Amino acid sequence: MTSLKSLFVPHRIVMMILFAALVVWCALSLRWDWIPQYAPLAAEGLWTTVWILVVTSILGFALAVPLGLAQAIGPWYLAAPARLFCTIIRGTPLLLQIWLLYYGLGSLFPQFPWIRSSELWPYLRQAWPYAVLALTLSYAGYEGEVMRGAFSGVAKGQLEAAKSFGMPRMTMFRCIWLPQAVRNVLPTLGGETILQLKATPLVATITVLDIYAVSSRVRSDTFIVYEPLLLLALVYMAIAGVITLGFRWFENKVPSAQR
Amino acid sequence: MALQKTIRKTLLTTVALAATAVMAQAEPVKIGVAAEPYPPFASLDSSGTWVGWEIDVINAVCAAAELECVITPVAWDGIIPSLTGQQIDAIMASMSITEERLKTIDFSDPYYNTPAVIVADKSMDIDATPASLEGKIVGIQASTIHQAYAQKYFTGAELRVYQTQDEANQDLFAGRIDATQADSIAMADFVGSDAGACCEIKGAVANDEAILGKGVGAGVRKGETDILEALNKGIAMILADGTHAEITSKYFTTSIYSE
Amino acid sequence: MTNVLELLGLAESAELLALSPPGWGGNLLRGLLNSLQIAFGAFGMGLIIGLFGAYGKLYGGPVLRDLLAIYTTVIRAVPELVLILILYYVGTDLINKAATAMGYDRVEISGIVAGIWVLGIVQGAYATEVLRGAIKAVPPGQIEAARAYGMPAFMTMRRVTIPAMMSFATPGLANLWLIATKDTALLAIVGFAELTLETRQAASSTRAYFTFFLAAGALYLLVTLFSGLIFGWIERWARRGQPSLKGGQP
Repeated sequence: MTSLKSLFVPHRIVMMILFAALVVWCALSLRWDWIPQYAPLAAEGLWTTVWILVVTSILGFALAVPLGLAQAIGPWYLAAPARLFCTIIRGTPLLLQIWLLYYGLGSLFPQFPWIRSSELWPYLRQAWPYAVLALTLSYAGYEGEVMRGAFSGVAKGQLEAAKSFGMPRMTMFRCIWLPQAVRNVLPTLGGETILQLKATPLVATITVLDIYAVSSRVRSDTFIVYEPLLLLALVYMAIAGVITLGFRWFENKVPSAQR
Repeated sequence: MALQKTIRKTLLTTVALAATAVMAQAEPVKIGVAAEPYPPFASLDSSGTWVGWEIDVINAVCAAAELECVITPVAWDGIIPSLTGQQIDAIMASMSITEERLKTIDFSDPYYNTPAVIVADKSMDIDATPASLEGKIVGIQASTIHQAYAQKYFTGAELRVYQTQDEANQDLFAGRIDATQADSIAMADFVGSDAGACCEIKGAVANDEAILGKGVGAGVRKGETDILEALNKGIAMILADGTHAEITSKYFTTSIYSE
Repeated sequence: MTNVLELLGLAESAELLALSPPGWGGNLLRGLLNSLQIAFGAFGMGLIIGLFGAYGKLYGGPVLRDLLAIYTTVIRAVPELVLILILYYVGTDLINKAATAMGYDRVEISGIVAGIWVLGIVQGAYATEVLRGAIKAVPPGQIEAARAYGMPAFMTMRRVTIPAMMSFATPGLANLWLIATKDTALLAIVGFAELTLETRQAASSTRAYFTFFLAAGALYLLVTLFSGLIFGWIERWARRGQPSLKGGQP
């Protein structure tokens, strides 16, 4: 599919020429003179988007493992709360969750004056801890559901074999169960991470200066509407492309389950 | 089969909706206001109607100019694109007449004006000068004259950009920001309320007419002189016959209009 | 002591959430109705786009297939929020320009219609993939048999392909419906009066942020759980007469 030869079928060449013409037209007839002025800010925003994405995906995944495990084999008093958590996260819009955490918690601060003198106050004042918390919980909620299936999907015989060899439970989990469950979810993990990327611009609504917020700033400063949005869409597509390639590379490194 | 029925039903609803969209063409003038509450000028009450000083003025201006108007809430952040994109026909949302905005849209004569002030916690020892805001966290609303002003003058402060002034007020109340810059009248209302009891007006910022503009006017698309003249006529009439003063006395103790 | 306070707190919340003014419950329900209307319209539009898209991807010519591949890839890589802004501002502007160029009056696009078509285009991309997978899962012999009997293409689709793929498509479509209901919240950013924006207006007018955000969350959750029931029922109905899939992993 992706071989170079298949790109040079006649209709694709025509489409590429048309696309190139569109790009040239965009470059010439739309306004791009604002780019140099906002480039440093955009780099900063891009960095914010990327680190929030990476940090919340890793933290969220770390949280998803126990959530999935609790639902797959846990006793009911662990499984029920885990399932409730996943249902609530998946059943309500992320935008609402972010606002509840940021403005809802914020409205409680004045009632508890000691918060302002606590050591955590410098962090509680910032917007990013709330953004990281909300996105982490969201990722954990969606991925926890996936991990539940992945844990149940590991062949029982292998676990029984490990048990009959007298392998300690932690070792069994670390060496057999977890790696196979992770391998099972790898194909969906890439998709989930792209969904997470697509959720990051929502943090701009609580004053985190990510790449989306930078484009809004360009829009409000210069009244140029379309160009920053088009460029923004391109940036997100590029990041999504990098994520896809990264996970594909990673999947090729890991031996496949089916063969 | 059920799918077919759903498809047929949705097709019908879509057609019906499109039909109502076309029928609604009997051209009342759509006056755009910010969808986010901006008391005491324009906010939604619990019965779902828009109320406030500016809403009364819109109705009075339209009555005087014999225009049939509908109030159309639009996101503040995108209110100018909504105007140029023809989703609304005029903006009456406490928008100041600035040179930057005049490059994109036209403005009617001003119908009120208000200085820009700095509001902060009562215990804070600051005034409205850039020097005293050095190192402080200042909250501002996106796409406003205050954002433009703060970006130019308060370079030593950390600026946090909110979608609405209301959110900035909320964070001032919660203590997440040290100060905010906004219109004096809206702020007088805020510090007079329970939620604003923490804070006081620290003073007006030094004027810069190029940024802060020459009062608040109604925005219309460039070149649409008919509606511009009608609005100007309406504004002149309510100023001359005392309606403007009458509405003002309902909400404020002092006049908010000067030549 | 704490119990009394809790009771008092709840009484205050109940007053704020009362259905008639001065309570804000009526506003929330109106917002919910708007959200559901848009979600329903967008889901329906997404299904129509998805059906044509899936057919185009499976049986269309090379150009159509490439165009559809670009459509689904782009839509699924760009955040919905950005797409909504682009489609909302650029889309309506383009439609109006086209209308005036063709000599018509400019078209009034109401908030609901704009919301439906913006989210519908996004939904269409996902629906294309879901339905394509479902159609591919239909045993080709069934479709071939219909063709061999000389059934016209449209009738084959109506009588054979769609009923046969329903059971494969339902889980994916249920997921899409949930995405549709939650994506309506994003329209709050463009100032459309759906549940999330109504909630924010109520919350900032009364300063009871916690009460209103939790109430709205409960409403969304109710919709989700109720939809889960309905789709479970549809799935069972679509699967009637088929052997259970349990045990054998597809």
